[in-house]
Amino acid sequence: MVRPLGFLVGLGFIAALLCAIFTTPLTNEPSAAHEFHKEPRHLALASDGLFPRWDLQKIQRGMQVYKEVCSACHSLNHVAFRDIGELGYTEGQVKSFAKGFQVPSINPDTGEPATRDGLPSDYFPAPYANEVAARAANNNALPPDLSLIVKAREGGKDYVYSLLTGFQNPPANLPDSLKPATGLHYNPYFANLNLAMAPPLHDGQVTFADGSPNDVKSMASDVAAFLVWTAEPKLVKRVQVGWAVALFLVIFCVLAYLSYRNIWADKKH
Amino acid sequence: MSFPWAKQYEPRQPLMKWLDEKLPLPRLVYNAVGAGYPVPRNLNYFWNFGVLAGAALAIQIITGIVLAMHYAANAGVAFNSVEHIMRDVNAGWFIRYAHMNGASMFFIVVYLHIFRGLYYGSYKAPREMVWLLGVVIFLLMMATAFMGYVLPWGQMSFWGAQVITGFFSAIPIVGEPIRQWLLGGFAPDNAALNRFFSLHYLLPFVIAGVVILHIWALHIPGSNNPTGIEVKDEQDTVPFHPYYTAKDGFGLGVFLLVFVLLAFFSPNLLGHADNYIPANPLSTPAHIVPEWYFWPFYAILRAFTFNFLWIDAKLWGVIAMFASIALLFFLPWLDSSPVKSSTYRPLYKKFFWVLVVDVLVLGYCGKSPAEQPYVIMSQIAAAYYFAHFLIILPIVSRIERPAPMPNSITEAVLAKHADDTSAATA
Repeated sequence: MVRPLGFLVGLGFIAALLCAIFTTPLTNEPSAAHEFHKEPRHLALASDGLFPRWDLQKIQRGMQVYKEVCSACHSLNHVAFRDIGELGYTEGQVKSFAKGFQVPSINPDTGEPATRDGLPSDYFPAPYANEVAARAANNNALPPDLSLIVKAREGGKDYVYSLLTGFQNPPANLPDSLKPATGLHYNPYFANLNLAMAPPLHDGQVTFADGSPNDVKSMASDVAAFLVWTAEPKLVKRVQVGWAVALFLVIFCVLAYLSYRNIWADKKH
Repeated sequence: MSFPWAKQYEPRQPLMKWLDEKLPLPRLVYNAVGAGYPVPRNLNYFWNFGVLAGAALAIQIITGIVLAMHYAANAGVAFNSVEHIMRDVNAGWFIRYAHMNGASMFFIVVYLHIFRGLYYGSYKAPREMVWLLGVVIFLLMMATAFMGYVLPWGQMSFWGAQVITGFFSAIPIVGEPIRQWLLGGFAPDNAALNRFFSLHYLLPFVIAGVVILHIWALHIPGSNNPTGIEVKDEQDTVPFHPYYTAKDGFGLGVFLLVFVLLAFFSPNLLGHADNYIPANPLSTPAHIVPEWYFWPFYAILRAFTFNFLWIDAKLWGVIAMFASIALLFFLPWLDSSPVKSSTYRPLYKKFFWVLVVDVLVLGYCGKSPAEQPYVIMSQIAAAYYFAHFLIILPIVSRIERPAPMPNSITEAVLAKHADDTSAATA
């Protein structure tokens, strides 16, 4: 009973699929955006590869770029001031850095909303009170939170770097339908080519205390390095622990294999 | 249960004797995975994957219990609580990456375990019940993995839940009310997240229960082996312990090594970037893609694009997707060949490898966007999938002439060694 019934059911599915094959058009709808879209360019960082480390100077510069430029529109909700202690700042520096921010609070006498100086336990304050305020200030676009942006985009740091350095004039052969509308900016690394964010960086915008170059590419690379850290502060530790565990397991495997061969020595199998 | 020459548990210490009289738990373990379980002597490395699947389940339960201590199943804070685990909980990043990649490792070993069973005919009499319980475990795993993927409440969590619960709305008339009842709302939200968390915590223990039944059912006929010939006498077998505990120990080491390379060096390799964006019901991702272990089934779902016989294409897709797994329940009766192992089934062996390629093609199509040439590839591959199990396999098992088989496991082993020695001396 099972085989004849199965045969009929199988024929039913195959017939439905054959009809589907012959009724589905074999050509895709042409997508012009696809043609102009570019894959991100590679950005090499110290945190890459099998032996990653944090380039603390570079990440500190990236944090300065975030603070002076990006933070005007983008929040960093998952990062607390205490976290930047891992970036080579002393406890005093972390405290005074936090103090430079005003965070929402309540007036202890009246209970009215107020602000106070930041503490190391506070998180980076968001630039806008809520989504409506953020959209109202940005031509109805919502600037995403940057804490996880490197993990939340295909291409990760390469994408962030390419996007920041990729603003350009639209190519002459770009169809009208893809030309940036008012308030949008052409960027071939962005999925639909037109981005609400205006080019955020320009040469010489941020002055670094160590005199490092402050052209757009250098600043974009610095801020990408910072955002790799904010996305996963435990990245370097993770790989270091991984090496130790892998080494332990290689030794374990060798011993396990030898004891397996030893136990089976007298048995043909 | 088991064979007459199986070793008997003989406690020597007074305490163990006392325990054996009151509660023979050590005896149970001894007979299940100790020296009291005789196993064919010729098992190859593909027989490691059952134990590895058990290890993967244990890892998932342990890491999952720890995660549940820090996770908050509330739509308002779930995403942030996962980031709290990644950043602030001691070794939380390790526990979370181990759990996330542990699910992938679990499916990898279970897929190898299933294909081992298909190649060596482990689903056939007298082991039909072992196979049926295995399919139940597979279904439970899929449900558990899906609900677990919803918990971080990222974009793919939300939209995955939207798509998968949408299957029920394909049912005519009652579909939409059923979907709303399952979700506790019109779309995935706090009610859905809460019940998914509850069930995601429950189901692994149900799986553990069915695993016990799976092993129990296995121990009645005993393990299959690469020749597919049943055990005839004592020289065909070795005691599970120490022979296979040693071999499984080595297998476990290799499994953990692969696991570590994935979880420590590339933990997001098998994930999707969109799941690091908090769930947003107002913004649909460009491509909604499930986790890799669902890709072949997702491809079957999407392959049906034609309203055949007045049944909606979407409903066809849903029925076909469930049927693609449900047909495995009938496999022991679809394949009527008395020969188990593909080693002696020249024709079946060819179709087996075509099926392996077919499932890989389906997986690739499931990952790809719904555009050509992937749509037609998935349609052809889905048609072959059903043809393989429902049409080709019953016919092959009828017309095939099996290759000559050895009389016993021991004869096969000795013949292999004779070949090796003559090859070495020649």
